[in-house]
This record gives sequence, structure tokens and C-alpha cells, in this order.
Amino acid sequence: MTPQGGRVPQVQMLSPDGIFEVPAEYAEYGKYIERLNLDDFLKFYRDMARIRRFDNECTALQRQGQMGLWVQALGQEAAQIGSGYGVGPNDHMFPSYREHGVAITHGIDLMSIIKIMRGVNHGGWNPEETRFHLYAIVLATQVLHATGYAMGVNFDGLVGTGNPDVDQAVITYFGDGATAEGDVSEALLFAATTKAPLVFFCQNNQWAISSPVSAQTVVPLYLRGTGFGVPGIQVDGNDVLACYAVTAKHMDDARNGLGPSLIEALTYRVGAHTTSDDPTKYRPAEELEYWKARDPLTRFEKFLRRQGVGDDFFEEVAIAGDQLAEQIRAETFAMPNPPLENIFKHVYTDPHPLIAEQQAWLEGYEASFEEGEAE
Amino acid sequence: MSNSVEMPIAKAINAGIQKAMQKNNKVLVFGEDVAELGGVFRVTEGLLTEFGNKRVFNSPIAESGIVGTAIGLAMRGYRSVAEIQFEGFVYPAFNQIVSQLAKLTNRSEGHLSMPVVVRIPYGGGIGAVEHHSESPEAYFSHTPGLRVISPSNSNDAYWMIQQAIESNDPVIFFEPKRRYWQKGMVNLDTPPSGMHDAKVLREGTQVTLVSYGPMIPTALQAAEVAAAEGTSIEVIDLRSMSPIDFQTIINSVMKTGRLVVASEASTSFSVSAEIAAKVAELAFYHLEAPVIRVGSFDVPYPPAKLEELFLPDADRILEAVDRSLNY
Repeated sequence: MTPQGGRVPQVQMLSPDGIFEVPAEYAEYGKYIERLNLDDFLKFYRDMARIRRFDNECTALQRQGQMGLWVQALGQEAAQIGSGYGVGPNDHMFPSYREHGVAITHGIDLMSIIKIMRGVNHGGWNPEETRFHLYAIVLATQVLHATGYAMGVNFDGLVGTGNPDVDQAVITYFGDGATAEGDVSEALLFAATTKAPLVFFCQNNQWAISSPVSAQTVVPLYLRGTGFGVPGIQVDGNDVLACYAVTAKHMDDARNGLGPSLIEALTYRVGAHTTSDDPTKYRPAEELEYWKARDPLTRFEKFLRRQGVGDDFFEEVAIAGDQLAEQIRAETFAMPNPPLENIFKHVYTDPHPLIAEQQAWLEGYEASFEEGEAE
Repeated sequence: MSNSVEMPIAKAINAGIQKAMQKNNKVLVFGEDVAELGGVFRVTEGLLTEFGNKRVFNSPIAESGIVGTAIGLAMRGYRSVAEIQFEGFVYPAFNQIVSQLAKLTNRSEGHLSMPVVVRIPYGGGIGAVEHHSESPEAYFSHTPGLRVISPSNSNDAYWMIQQAIESNDPVIFFEPKRRYWQKGMVNLDTPPSGMHDAKVLREGTQVTLVSYGPMIPTALQAAEVAAAEGTSIEVIDLRSMSPIDFQTIINSVMKTGRLVVASEASTSFSVSAEIAAKVAELAFYHLEAPVIRVGSFDVPYPPAKLEELFLPDADRILEAVDRSLNY
């Protein structure tokens, strides 16, 4: 059941019952799983569970007025954790605004994401240091930034050197809705013509607020790059191992100088677009039930249990989730409001007379009330 | 003795970019047709030969892509000089300029700088078809996070493009296209002043006339005619539309008591309007007459056969000067 109305070739490694099998035609991807061990699998599961718990806790915090908005990633945990771990230690990531799962695979403090949604800042982490670039709210804008960045990696001569310790690639995340934006098409073209080391990772969660993916495309999205010269592949976005393997392989290819490619991770937005949305107004309940039955965590749990992982592990993960929830609640409640000067800081890098003048005015204005109160 | 040469504005910009590229190998030049052709106005002529196709290259015809990739390259440590072929073609890039280029330093709390120069030939008077003659500087001047400048002569063109490239902030560099071939002396040793400093081009006592970019020769011509008729006009070249050097304007208005602001842009909500408002606020008691704006009309840029009526000329400036003096 795809929104395009037919079956398309798709990389899947885990059956809904958690049975691992790599079809012969995808053997090149299967090699990437052979390098993993049980600890890696447990790490994948822990992070998927962690980000889901975080997500649900943030929705609760939003409902309690602690955040203006929350953007859920429910159901997309496998696509995000799998691909996040497929990104190498020198690579750069350009997310949209729903990539909380990718963020934790590269050490982004979850409180930084809460800060954005609470209105404390617009995203203050250091993108160069974390290699995880800032959230982009305007759809598809980040896809062009990733392309320019990848062109720069090419200019720096860090592609296809044969030394895997120095080669770099770039991955950019966007949704099915964003593919309708011209910036995605322009990015595909710029990346193709410059042979940029870039992977376009499209999470097709099948809904753009209230519009189904059929309103954004009539051709499967993994084919979107074909006319630009960017080959594509569809992966089961609810299969964490397939998402990992396909991302890792395509990032290797990009690093090795084979140019850009596109991955469509077919998944499902189980939650609302954001906490401001009400999907019951436009989405059939049966569709939601169909996809809930294909839950990525449930599937991976079945796989792990087949590997002999027992209740004690899953209990440990649940306890860790409770601790995380408690911690983010405490830190959110304790989070101070930003100071006045933050309005004016960093508007420009170099000094700017108008900004300095307006800051001085506001400080004086605010101070005048303090004096009044003292009298 | 200083090392001066005569060159037209287009060549001066070219020489300025060349100097910046020689000084810093992170400076890149790209845009539509900028490589072999040297741009439709030949401003980037010869740069491909000197610096090679990794630093000077043609982009696909996609303005959002040009600015969007310039942003990504800035994140990677490159300083892009991106050309938009004509001002009327900049709007596909407006989202990337206004929502990304202008805001990323702020969004990142200073972790990112955006040293990107967007070069845009602007203004009319060249007998062109639609979308090749507009003056959209107010859109960009209204956007926090951008710097907006425009040279009016060869010396400024040579130095201001280098200052723009050295800026750690995004600079929208408006080039007065109908003056590209206007010659002037360039002092190759010493910059005139900072890129945001206004400059008194001609001293006068009775009326201050502020203008910028392609209107500067017109303003100087008006001052010349007025002088012959016994009226002394002080002409200020704004040079920077954002930020505006109000101190230089106020100092002049305190002397003359009268202000006329002239530009090619549609008058309402213009840079001229901002100057009128701010001067009224800062120098109200020094004004003997209301600030008068001379601009084009609030209509789409007309077909070329009508542009002489649309664009302000020296007579229209003098009409405003007379109104100010007779107030």
C-alpha cells in the first residue's frame, strides 16, 4: 500500500514480524549490517525508544503551556535513528524541523530543541562543531544550503581522496511536502551538475499538514531526482536496519566521489503535523491503524527478541525513559527566559550603529520603569 | 604620489573583485553567465582566466539556488560574490535572501557568519524591456540582517566592492547599471572611507540634496544648474542605504535647513521615505521646510518609450528645490 497506488521496489530487511532477511538484489546494502553487532542493535533500539519518550513528553509539556508548539516525529523513529547512525564522523547534516531522532544520534542536547519550541531561541547550537546544522522552518531552504556546503567540500578536495578518515559527505533531510518546493528541484540540479557529495534523504511520512502525498507528486518520490541525474532508491522507513544500511552505503558513495543520490524513506506520520493540528479532520482512522500496526519500535523489538534479548533490557529502556522524562520536565520548568540583550545580539557579525542605538533605547526605556517602581 | 588610473564603473568593480580574489582564495564568483562571457555587463570579465573554474563558474539559471548555495558555501568558509543578472530576476531568491541569508547569524546565536555579496545591477534609463530597470533597494533595506550599499562612481565601486567582500555580514551590492560605462579616477592605494559612510560631494548652503547610485550624476547636474541661477545646493552621496549615515545628513541639514531626497525608486515606502521620517525626527527645529522626496511614481516600471517621464531628472529635482526654498 503506497500512496502512489502501486508497489515500488523497496529496500526492506526486517519483516513486520522482525525476521531479518536481505534480498539478493540488495546484498550491497546487507554488507553494512554484517559489520554491526548486538551492542549496535541495542543502541539503535535505546535511541528509538528515547526519542519516542522525549516526543511524548514534549507533547505533554506543550499541552501544559510549557512550549508554544511541539513538532512530533512519532512513527519516524526508524528512519531518523537508522539514517542518523549511517552518517559518518566527518559528515554534515542539514535537517528540516522534525529531525529530533537524527539530532540525538549526533549528540545534540535535547533541551536545545525544547528551547526553540518554547521560544527561548531559534536554535543556538554550533552547527560547525556538531555537524548537525540548524533546524530550518521554511520548507526546503536547508536543501540548498546542504548543496552549497557539499560544493564547498568538493572545492576543499575532501571527496574521493581514498582516505576515509578525511573524506566528507553531506546529507539533507526533508519531507514529502517539501519536495513540492522549487528549492528541492534547484538543489537536485546544482548537486548533479557539480557532482556534489550529497545525499537527499526524503522522509515520506505521507502527510503535509492536511495534504496527502498524492497532492505533492504523482510519481514515486524516489524517482524525483532521475530527470536531474540524481539516482534514487526507496527504503522501508519503518525498518531501522534498512534505513541505516542504505544511508551508510549512499554516504560512502558520496564520500568516494560518486556524486549525489536520493533516498526516499517511506514511513508514516503517526502524530499530528504539530500540536496545533487535528488530523482527525482529514485522515481516515483505518489508515492510522494500518500504520500503527507497522510500528518501527515494535518491529525492531521483535527482531531483538529473536536475537535473544529479554525483558530485562526492555525494562531498563523503560526506566531510562522515565528518567529522561523527569529530567526534561525539571529542566524545562527551570529554564530561564532569555535576557533583553538577546533581541539585539548577533543580528550582524560586524558592529551596526542602528542596532546599538535601538538596544540603548530599549534598555533606557525599561530602566525608566524600574526607577518609577523604586519611588 | 598616489597611484591613480581612470576606468569606468564596470571595470572598477571588476578590478575590485580581482583584488579581493587575489588577497583571499576563499572568494568565489558565480552566477548566470559570469564565467566565459564575463556577465551580461562584462563585470566579471577575465576572472575565469585568472582564477580558474573552481573559483569562477556559471550557475544554472536558478536564482534561489544561487543564493542558497552561496549560504551553504559561507557555512563552509567560502566568501561568495554571487551575481543576479538583473534586479528584476532577484525575486526567486528573495526567500533565501530574506529568510535565510539575513537571519542565519541571528538564528545560530553568532555561530555562523554570512559573508556573502549579492551583486545586483539596478535602475533604469537603458531602454530595456520589462524587469530590467527597477529599483528594489527598499525591500532589502527593510530587512534586518542585511547591509545594502551602492556606489555612484568608479573610485567607490573599486573600494566598496572590496569592503563588501571583506564584510562578515551579507551585503546587497546594487550596481548603477546605466552608469557602468561612466569613467572616473580610481585611487588604487587608499580607500575613500567605510562602505556605510555618506559623502558630501559638493558643498552648498541653501538646500541639502541627498541621493545615491545612478541618480548621483543627475543630482550633481541639478546642483550645477542651480548654482548658475544663484542657488547653492549641497549634494550628499548616501552610498549606503542600510545602515544610513544620518549624522552626515543631519550635519548638512543643520547648515542648510532644507532637504530634498532623490532616487529612481517608487516614492512611497522608499529609502527616501525613511530619510524624510528620520530627519524630521532628529532635526525638526533645524528644518525651514518639509523634507521633499523626488522619486518615480508608484506604478510598475513603464515601457522604455515612457521611462524619461517616469524617472526623475535634474529639472524634477530643481522643481523640488524650488518648492523647498519657496515654502
